[in-house]
Amino acid sequence: MADTSTVTLKEDPSIFRIIYGNKGLMTGLVILAILTLIALIGPIFTESPTSINPMVRIKPPSADMWFGTDPLGRDLFARAIWGGRISLSVGVAVAIVAVGFGLLLGLLAGYIRVLDAIIMRVMDGLMAIPGILLAIALISLTGASLFTVIVAITIPEIPRVVRLVRSVVLTVREEAYVEAAIAAGTKLPSIMIRHILPNTIAPLIVQATYVCASAMLTESILGFLGAGIPPEIPSWGNIMSEGRTYFQLCPWIIFFPGVALGVTVMSVNIVGDGLRDTLDPRIAKKM
Amino acid sequence: MFYVIKRILATIPVMVVVALFVFCIIRLGPGDPASVIAGDYATAEDIQEIRIKLGLADPIPVQMGKWFVQLASGDLGKSYHSNMQVTKLISQRLEPTLLLAVTTILLTVFVAIPLGTLAAYKAGSWVDKFVMIFSVAGFSIPVFVLGYILVYIFAMELRWLPVQGYRSPFDDGFLLFLKHITMPAVTLSVIYIALISRMTRASVVEVLNEDYVRTARAKGQSEFKILLRHALPNAAVPIVTVLGISIALMIGGVVVTESVYNIPGLGRLVLDAVLSRDYGVIQGLILFFSFIYIFINLLIDLSYTLIDPRIRY
Repeated sequence: MADTSTVTLKEDPSIFRIIYGNKGLMTGLVILAILTLIALIGPIFTESPTSINPMVRIKPPSADMWFGTDPLGRDLFARAIWGGRISLSVGVAVAIVAVGFGLLLGLLAGYIRVLDAIIMRVMDGLMAIPGILLAIALISLTGASLFTVIVAITIPEIPRVVRLVRSVVLTVREEAYVEAAIAAGTKLPSIMIRHILPNTIAPLIVQATYVCASAMLTESILGFLGAGIPPEIPSWGNIMSEGRTYFQLCPWIIFFPGVALGVTVMSVNIVGDGLRDTLDPRIAKKM
Repeated sequence: MFYVIKRILATIPVMVVVALFVFCIIRLGPGDPASVIAGDYATAEDIQEIRIKLGLADPIPVQMGKWFVQLASGDLGKSYHSNMQVTKLISQRLEPTLLLAVTTILLTVFVAIPLGTLAAYKAGSWVDKFVMIFSVAGFSIPVFVLGYILVYIFAMELRWLPVQGYRSPFDDGFLLFLKHITMPAVTLSVIYIALISRMTRASVVEVLNEDYVRTARAKGQSEFKILLRHALPNAAVPIVTVLGISIALMIGGVVVTESVYNIPGLGRLVLDAVLSRDYGVIQGLILFFSFIYIFINLLIDLSYTLIDPRIRY
């Protein structure tokens, strides 16, 4: 399977052909595009996610209220759509920031021996701390806001990116073309950017999708535990957290955001697997 | 032997970094534990008093020195609220968490390894496709959503199992324990079954192409014995690695699962500490779990020589 994709890659490097050639990647991207579109333009058509209407408290899903209402009479469909905005934003933001910092630290660790020891020891320590615990502790210390939640989820994700980048750098720096560049008198920053950086891009894109999926799950867990984004913001985790108390009475409060989150995370994961198979056949073979 | 000592010593710097990190986020972060404990109506004097009581008024290097001396003697600190030793709080809550973890691991091993082996043996068949789909789905469902779906089906609709709670096998009998632990263990194990069945599949597929498997077939060995005696032991190293890492990473899932099923274990202790902002307990627990992670990783590394005689140091 991996071999055929390598061949297509060589024959036709067009990105659209690559995407089109991989069924899983295609499916994942289509689902993800639909979900993103709903999250982007959906809020225009729905009611306010925070408007309280005691007349329609605890209504099960119906033709009028697709996802039903909660004990305050808020429309759960509207809340789920707004929640999608939050979840997707958190996932994307964490992926970008974690990959950014991870890339920088990984390049430094991989290329500068003195920094390697220090950075990797810190990363080892950071990896030993359970991610969710670390995030919870950071949020409870700094106070919960969208920003602190993103930072708190990002920090535990960084070490894995650093390790990945470092391992790529360590292999690439031994390559003949890097040695040739050094021999030709190319300066260090230029070697890093022109010769080493491009090699990290494919594995980093794959890693970024996994970080994004994992960040969305962590956000929902933090929200669910009551230790995440402030409750007035309707994230999927927060909606489900409110549904806990009423679960036996109205299970739909947890069910719909849960399914929405599951489908979103799954489509991101499928995209990640598809990208891994097409962009990086060497890793794909190992999995 | 030299390797074993070297590997054990290598855990020390990691532990120091963890301790340093925890020290820094509690002391140097933007939040002030003392003012949080004192509450919204406290005066500056009240806050200062609490700070002195907790030892937060000392200069940072002094605090750090005390912190390391204290940790080196196995003391994880005290609760800021109840003044109880964190180690004592942990020992009170250890049983449910430990039994939940053990049940989960047993369930994972007994489901994931046969499933993954079968998928590898019949690569491309419906079993293989099922494992693939299951593993993608397993990675994507949040633990607590799965927990509530199970509660809805098995406790509320079918009424086979209790909705929540925990019963000790020592005080309440094994059957009652089993009834209460089944759903939490299934909930927690799904992601690990997904991970390990996929890992087992990948690992066994590779081994099945080896010459010694062909030789075993050629001499008429039964297929079952080929899988059990030739394929699995040779595929064991990556499986054990992932299994070990899963155990080490289980704590996040434990916090959520215990919260869904109302189990009074360490996960609940974490959550209670966070909600009451008891930084003494939070830092003690983070250290405790990090040290367990480091210890399990050490065991995995040391176990390689036992599992695979080809690996020698």
